[in-house]
Amino acid sequence: MDFEAVIGLETHVQLKTHSKMWCGCANSFGADPNTHVCPVCLGLPGVLPVANEEALRLTALTGLLLNGTISPFAKFDRKNYFYPDVPKNYQVTQYDKPSTSGGWVEFEFQGGLARVHITRAHLEEDVGKNFHFDRESGVDFNRAGVPLLEIVSEPDITSAEMACDYLNALKQILIYGGVSDCDMEKGMVRCDVNVSVRPKGEKKLGAKIEIKNMNSFSGVRRALEHEIPRQIAVLRSGGTLSQETRRWDDTVGVTESMRSKENAHDYRYFSEPDLMPFVPDAAWLESVRARVVELPLTRKRRFMKDYQLPAPDAETFVNDVPLGDYFEDVARQGVQPKALANWVINNLRARMTESNTRLEDLKFPPTGIPELIALVDAGTISSKIAQDVFRHMFESGESPAGIVESRQMGQVSDTSAIEQFCDEVIAANPKSAEDFRSGKAAALNFLKGQVMKASKGKANPALVGDLLASKLNS
Amino acid sequence: MLNQLTIAELSSKLNSGTVSSREAAQACLDQIERVDGRLNAFISHDPADLLAQADAADRFRQEQGGNQGRPLLGIPIAVKDVIAVRGHPLNCGSKILGSYVSPYDATVIEKLRSAGALLFGRVNMDEFAMGSSTENSAFGVSRNPWDLDRTPGGSSGGSAVAVAADECLAGLGSDTGGSVRQPAAFCGCVGLKPSYGRVSRYGLVAYASSLDQIGPLTKSVRDAALMLEVISGADSKDSTCVPREVPKFTEGLNGSIRGMRLGVPREYMVGGLDPQVADAVRAALSELEKQGAEITEISLPHTEYAVATYYIVATAEASANLARFDGIRYGLRVDGADPAELYSRTRGAGFGTEVKRRVILGTYVLSSGYYDAYYLRAQKVRTLIRKDFAEAFERVDAIVTPTTPTAAFRIGEKSDDPLQMYLSDIYTLSCNLAGICGVSVPCGFTTNPRLPIGLQLLGKPFGEETLLRIANAYEQATGWHAAKPELS
Ligand SMILES: [Zn+2]
Repeated sequence: MDFEAVIGLETHVQLKTHSKMWCGCANSFGADPNTHVCPVCLGLPGVLPVANEEALRLTALTGLLLNGTISPFAKFDRKNYFYPDVPKNYQVTQYDKPSTSGGWVEFEFQGGLARVHITRAHLEEDVGKNFHFDRESGVDFNRAGVPLLEIVSEPDITSAEMACDYLNALKQILIYGGVSDCDMEKGMVRCDVNVSVRPKGEKKLGAKIEIKNMNSFSGVRRALEHEIPRQIAVLRSGGTLSQETRRWDDTVGVTESMRSKENAHDYRYFSEPDLMPFVPDAAWLESVRARVVELPLTRKRRFMKDYQLPAPDAETFVNDVPLGDYFEDVARQGVQPKALANWVINNLRARMTESNTRLEDLKFPPTGIPELIALVDAGTISSKIAQDVFRHMFESGESPAGIVESRQMGQVSDTSAIEQFCDEVIAANPKSAEDFRSGKAAALNFLKGQVMKASKGKANPALVGDLLASKLNS
Repeated sequence: MLNQLTIAELSSKLNSGTVSSREAAQACLDQIERVDGRLNAFISHDPADLLAQADAADRFRQEQGGNQGRPLLGIPIAVKDVIAVRGHPLNCGSKILGSYVSPYDATVIEKLRSAGALLFGRVNMDEFAMGSSTENSAFGVSRNPWDLDRTPGGSSGGSAVAVAADECLAGLGSDTGGSVRQPAAFCGCVGLKPSYGRVSRYGLVAYASSLDQIGPLTKSVRDAALMLEVISGADSKDSTCVPREVPKFTEGLNGSIRGMRLGVPREYMVGGLDPQVADAVRAALSELEKQGAEITEISLPHTEYAVATYYIVATAEASANLARFDGIRYGLRVDGADPAELYSRTRGAGFGTEVKRRVILGTYVLSSGYYDAYYLRAQKVRTLIRKDFAEAFERVDAIVTPTTPTAAFRIGEKSDDPLQMYLSDIYTLSCNLAGICGVSVPCGFTTNPRLPIGLQLLGKPFGEETLLRIANAYEQATGWHAAKPELS
C-alpha cells in the first residue's frame, strides 16, 4: 500500500518594528541579557500593554500579501501557561478573532506552480529565553514582548521538499513586503509542523502529530524526512498512531515524544481585558493597502512575459528589487530589453559591486546605457569597445557619444583605411590567404582578427569581412 | 486640628498662609502615632519622607507666591497598597511580594504629584483587593474607628480608616466590586467609584482588569470631586482609559437638583436589608425629594445574578492576573527541584486562603469543558446587567440604593463563610459589571451600636458630574459627613 503525507505549518516570524509589541523597548537582537527590558515587558505588578500600531499594520499588510482578508474586528486573548520565560505566565495572542484570515502562497514547485492555502495570520508576543548553567538557570527577557506573526497554513503540503519551498516562498514574500527580515541566524523565523500520513486515496486524515523545535528550514526538511517514514513504518507494521506532540532533536536527527493528547495543555484562553478590540477604519486600511508590493513570483513572471527575459535574468531582478526597478525605468525608453538586461546585469551590477556604488549615486543618467546600445547597433563601436566606453561612462558620467568622440574610439568604416589594413594583412599572411582560396573558410576569421588587431579594434568587423573576402576572391 | 479638615478647608488655610503643609503633615503623623496602633490602617509609612515632601510644598508656595494652579499642593494623601509609587514598597496586602519596591509611579500618582499632593504610606487592604473586611490582609486586620471590634469593610479598608480617623486628608482606594464604596459606608466617609475608563489603571496591580477602577475616599463630596478632577483623563499607557475631556467636577457641584429623576430599584429593597439601613435610605430619599428631585421606582431585573456573575468574571481575570507572582523575577521565592515545584511552593506560601480560593475558582471557570457553562454565560449575563442599567438611565438621572445591606459587621463574623461575605457587596457589584459610576455618602447612623450608614448613588457611564451634584446637595443639607468617631 502506498502512503501519502499531509502537512501543515505554523510559522512564527518576528515583525520588523522599532519597538516591542506593548512597550517602548527596542526590538533588537544580540544585546546583553535583560538590557532591552522595562516594567511592562518584565510583567512587573501594575503594568498594562499598549498595542504597537506598526505591528498591527504589518500584520494586516501580511494578510493582503498572502491574498487574505483583514478582519473588521480583531481582538487579543490571553493564553495561560506557566513557564519561567513567560513574564506574566500568560502570552497575549489572538485566539478566535485574528487580524487576518484566509489566503494562499503560490510558488514554483517541481516545474509547475503549487499553492498552499493560509488559514490565518495573527499577532502575538514573543517570550524570553531560558539559559541553563551548571547549578542554576537564568532568563533573558530581551525578546519578551517582541511582536510575532504566526502564519498558519492549511494541510496542503505533501512532502518535505514542498514544505521547504513553501517556507522559502513565504520568507521571500515577507522580506519583500518589509514585514520581517526573516533572519534565520537571529531566530526571526521559527516553525512548528503538523504531519500525518494516510493510505493514498483515503480521504480521512491520519493522527495529527505536531513537531516542535526546528530552528531552520533544513531542520524542517530533515524532521519531515525522518518523521514521515517513521509514521509509515508504524502503520505498515500494523501499529497505530495517536495525536501527540513530538520534539525534533537536531543533533541526533530524530523526533521524540513530548506529550500525548491526554497531557495537552489547557490554555484557558479568554479575551485580554487590558486591550480594546481592534476595529480598523477606512483610512487605516488605505494606509496599509498603500504598502502592498508586487509579490516575487508575480514580478518574475511579469519580467519574463513583458520583457521576454530568460528565467535567470528575471530572478536577478526579483532578488535585487532596486536593480530590477532601474531596468524597468530604462526599458521604458524603448530599448531592446534583452540587450539592456545584459548590460545591467553583466556590466552595471558588476561595476557597482566592485566600486561599492549605489544606484542613486550613479554618475551617468538613465539614458546612458540606451545610448551605448544604440552606438553598437549603428556600428559606430564594436561591442568590445563598448565595454570600455561603459567603464568610462560609469567613472566619469560622460555620455557614450562624447567618450567615443573624444577618445577616437569610433569604429573605422572608411573603406580606404580598412582596405589598407586588409592589403597589409594579406601580404603578411600568404599561407592563410592561400588556405582561404583553397576552400578553408575558417582562415578568413584569422585574417579578420589580424585586421581588427591592426586597427586596434576600431575597424567595422562586418566591413572587414566583406573587403577581405572580395580581395581574396578577386 | 489640621488633620481633621477637608482638603478644601486645609487648602484655603494654606493659601491664606496661616498654616504650613509641614504643620498639616505633622498633624497627620501625630494622629497616626496616637491611634494607628489600635486601628492598623497603615502597613507602613515614612514620616521623614512625608515631612520632606511637605517642606518642598511649603517652599514652592513661598517661592511662587501661591499654589500656581496645583489644587492639592501640600495635602497629605494616603495610598492603598495596591497602587505603585516609585521607591515605595508594593505588597498588595500579601506576603508574596516580599520586599518588592516599585520602580515606577502609577499614572494616578504622577497626576497627584503634579497637582502638588504629598503621597505617603501604604494603607492596609484585603490581599490583592480580594475581600470586604480587610481581614484578608497579610499585615493584620484593620479596625473600624467607630467600633474597634468591627471591620472597616474592604478591600480599601485601610484607606477608609485612615480618612475616617483623620490620619490623612484623603485616601486612594481601588474598587472592583465595591471596594471603595463599601468601606466608605462602614467608616462614614465619601467613596467614589469612577466610570470604567475614567481613570488610568496603569500602576494599579490588577485584580479583575475589566472591573477595577481607582477611586478616592474623602471627608466630603467636594473633596471627592477635586480628587477625581486630578486623577481622571486619558493615558497613553492604558488603552482601556477613555480619551475624553475631563469636566471641572468641582464647578458643577452647587447646582440645584430640582427636577432630577432618581430611581429606586425595586429589587434592592428586599431580603437581608437591615431595617435601620432601609430607614436611613428612606429618609435620604425624602430629603432629596424635598429638594425637588422626583423619585420613581425602577427595575433592574438581572440583579439576582450579579453576585454569581461577578465571582465568575472577576476570578477568571484574577487567575491570569495573579499568575505573574511566581517567584521567578521578584518577591517571595520558595525554591523547588523544578519550576513547577518552585511555583507551587512559592504560591502556596505567599498567597492567603481567599486569594487561593479565587484563583482556583477562576481557573476552573475558564477550563476546557466548563468555559461555556460558566465564563461565557457570565459574560452574557454581564451584558444583560449592563442593558438593565442602560434602560433604567433612559428614565432616570441617577439610581439611589443603600451602599450595603447592613452597617459594619464584627471582625470574624463572616470570615468563615465566604458566601455571606460575598453577599455584603450585593448592592455595589453591579456598578462594576456595568462600568457605570457610583458614590457612597454618609446618610446616618444605626443606634446601639452607633455605626455609619452609606447611601449609594449610581450614575450613567461618565455621568459623575450629575452624581456628584446630587451627592453634594444631599451632604450639604444633612451634614452626616461631618460626624467624627470618638477615639480617646
Ligand atoms: Zn519593555
